[in-house]
Amino acid sequence: MRILVVEDDKDVAGFVVKGLREAGHTVEHADNGRDGLFLAASENFDAIILDRMLPGGIDGLRLLETLRAQDNATPVVFLSALGQVDDRVKGLKAGGDDYLTKPFAFAELLARVEALTRRGKSDGPTTRLVVGDLEMDLLSRSVRRGTQRIDLQPREFRLLEYLMRHAGQVVTRTMLLEGVWDYHFDPQTNVIDVHVSRLRQKIDKPFDLPLLHTVRNAGYMLKAEEV
Amino acid sequence: MENQRSGVGWWRFAPPAVAAAQPQKRRSRPLIRSAGIRFALIYAVVFGISAFLLAFSLWYSTVGLLQRQVEISIRNDSIALNEHFTTGGLPSLIAAIHDRMTDALDADGIYLLLDPLGNRIIGNLDQWPVGLTETSTWYQLPVKRHGVNSVALLRASTLPGGDQLLVGRDVRARAELRNVLRDGLIWALGLMFALGIIGAILIRSLFRRMIRDISTTTRAIARGDLTRRIPKTGDGDEFDELAEIINDMLERIARLMDGVRQVSNAIAHDLRTPITRARTRLEDASLHAHSLDDLQSAIERATQDLDGIVGVFEALLRIAEIEAGSRRAAFCKTDLAPMLHDIDELYRAVAEERGLTLHTQIAPELPLLGDRELIQQAVANLLDNALKFTAPGTTIDFRARLEEMVIEITIADRGPGISPEDRNRATERFFRAETARNTAGSGLGLALVAAVAQLHHGTLHLADNHPGLRAMISLPLRGEALGPKPQPPAKG
Repeated sequence: MRILVVEDDKDVAGFVVKGLREAGHTVEHADNGRDGLFLAASENFDAIILDRMLPGGIDGLRLLETLRAQDNATPVVFLSALGQVDDRVKGLKAGGDDYLTKPFAFAELLARVEALTRRGKSDGPTTRLVVGDLEMDLLSRSVRRGTQRIDLQPREFRLLEYLMRHAGQVVTRTMLLEGVWDYHFDPQTNVIDVHVSRLRQKIDKPFDLPLLHTVRNAGYMLKAEEV
Repeated sequence: MENQRSGVGWWRFAPPAVAAAQPQKRRSRPLIRSAGIRFALIYAVVFGISAFLLAFSLWYSTVGLLQRQVEISIRNDSIALNEHFTTGGLPSLIAAIHDRMTDALDADGIYLLLDPLGNRIIGNLDQWPVGLTETSTWYQLPVKRHGVNSVALLRASTLPGGDQLLVGRDVRARAELRNVLRDGLIWALGLMFALGIIGAILIRSLFRRMIRDISTTTRAIARGDLTRRIPKTGDGDEFDELAEIINDMLERIARLMDGVRQVSNAIAHDLRTPITRARTRLEDASLHAHSLDDLQSAIERATQDLDGIVGVFEALLRIAEIEAGSRRAAFCKTDLAPMLHDIDELYRAVAEERGLTLHTQIAPELPLLGDRELIQQAVANLLDNALKFTAPGTTIDFRARLEEMVIEITIADRGPGISPEDRNRATERFFRAETARNTAGSGLGLALVAAVAQLHHGTLHLADNHPGLRAMISLPLRGEALGPKPQPPAKG
């Protein structure tokens, strides 16, 4: 994937660029708003990682608003030290697709960027999700693995749906909390782990090949092959 | 009006920065800049003008009435004499004038009849008054009557034969009365002015005494003594009201200052520990790590420590944001029941995992005007606590009901609870009971719950569950939430 990083802090930018390249992406970097806008408007990217407070007269919000005004729909993840609820709302209102507050874990950023680009691709309505021999029918709300039917609670169904939609990608606990439970804070209890392990009991336990993997220090991944 | 003005006056008095920077200037403030003097002068001027207007209209109508009465009697007299002349000729007129002059009824009557040549025929004036040139016109002129100087109101007419008749009234007494009245008024005005000045001084000193308490207190506060409060006079007057408002304000400032102090203490003590831990780990690794694995695991753990510190910061900022009250702007109508069911579902799995029973009772509808996300977080915090401290095999009660316009969300566990003496302090930031020292946590959970409850004008009540802790969030409905159709909670 081609990713643009607009970030003025040298250390943070270097870290993010290096990490993204290691994850196999092509990365361009701009260290001010003006260059960032120029790059974003003149070239094609699969995603933009955007700081909010930028030198060069154009801050992140202005940059994104200008971009959206030109009908450029490239997915944008804000990466900002402005972490209040209002800041977040402002960022999403300006056209941002996700908002991550500094300091951040790189795994979280990577997972969110990859999740966004996937979302952008599958715009059409899907009625069936498949990972390996696991199948989910969204219309009849039924799940099968191989020939066996699996009964899921409504919430478990939504959890699995989220994981299947992001199959092959790392999904962090925070993403699950936001995407499945609509929580915007981290509970102190390991609630997500408990729910994921319950789901795992149902979809993996009776079968030879595990599909739901734990990614250390990051989250989970649903994948047909070994990670 | 007066209240407003006194407010302005107090404000002029108060700005502490000015007071501190220019004490000399303030002390030598010219009299006219004293609000007390201004009020007194305004009062005196308004009072004086109204008194003057009253006296003047009295004077004007009295004098005017006298004047008009004299004019009417002169006119009538003149008409009567003219009739005498028309009916009986000159002799009749002379007789009539004679009668009037000898009649003592009207001693002020003045008559003079001259023949066409200007010789006096009859009359009680020595000569035709100087300056009286036209007939049928009113004149007020000095006259000489029996050798005595006087003032008279006069009107002359020419008879058909060419004789000239002058009829008038001596008005010296009335003019004197008018002068007396005028002098009286002038004196009264002067007196009023003097009284106004005395009143101004009195009002000013009264005024200063009333605001002295306020100004000394606020000045002391500006110097940093936040314990001072304005004493109330107990009269229940406007100044008492003002004192009460200012005291409330000071109370709030003191509370906020206290909060700031608490937070800075907390940062000094409670954040130093995890930062020290992270730093030690890193330094230790850089000095003593023997393998790459050692180094990596040390860095990983230090990163976790830092994440913990960031978490504490975020919680602190969030509490501060909630306490500032700015999130009230984002309140909307919402039904808490589905949200509470979601939380129940989320935590039930964890409870079961730990061998606990979650006993849940949630009313079918709990409409509230508030911040759904914050209440969600508050309830989650309480459940986190309950799960953390409760031993396996016991029950956690999770109830939400609507009783007498108050939504009560209760979470009761069978853990160690909080001792009565610690309960009041449990909602302070970073407070951790002795029994909780060894468990994970930042000591900010209950502080956030209390702040959320307060934001919704509610309370967090901690009680003994015999054994365990019973935490109850009470959220009063404030009318507006009882609309017929609560909006579905916003997604995202």
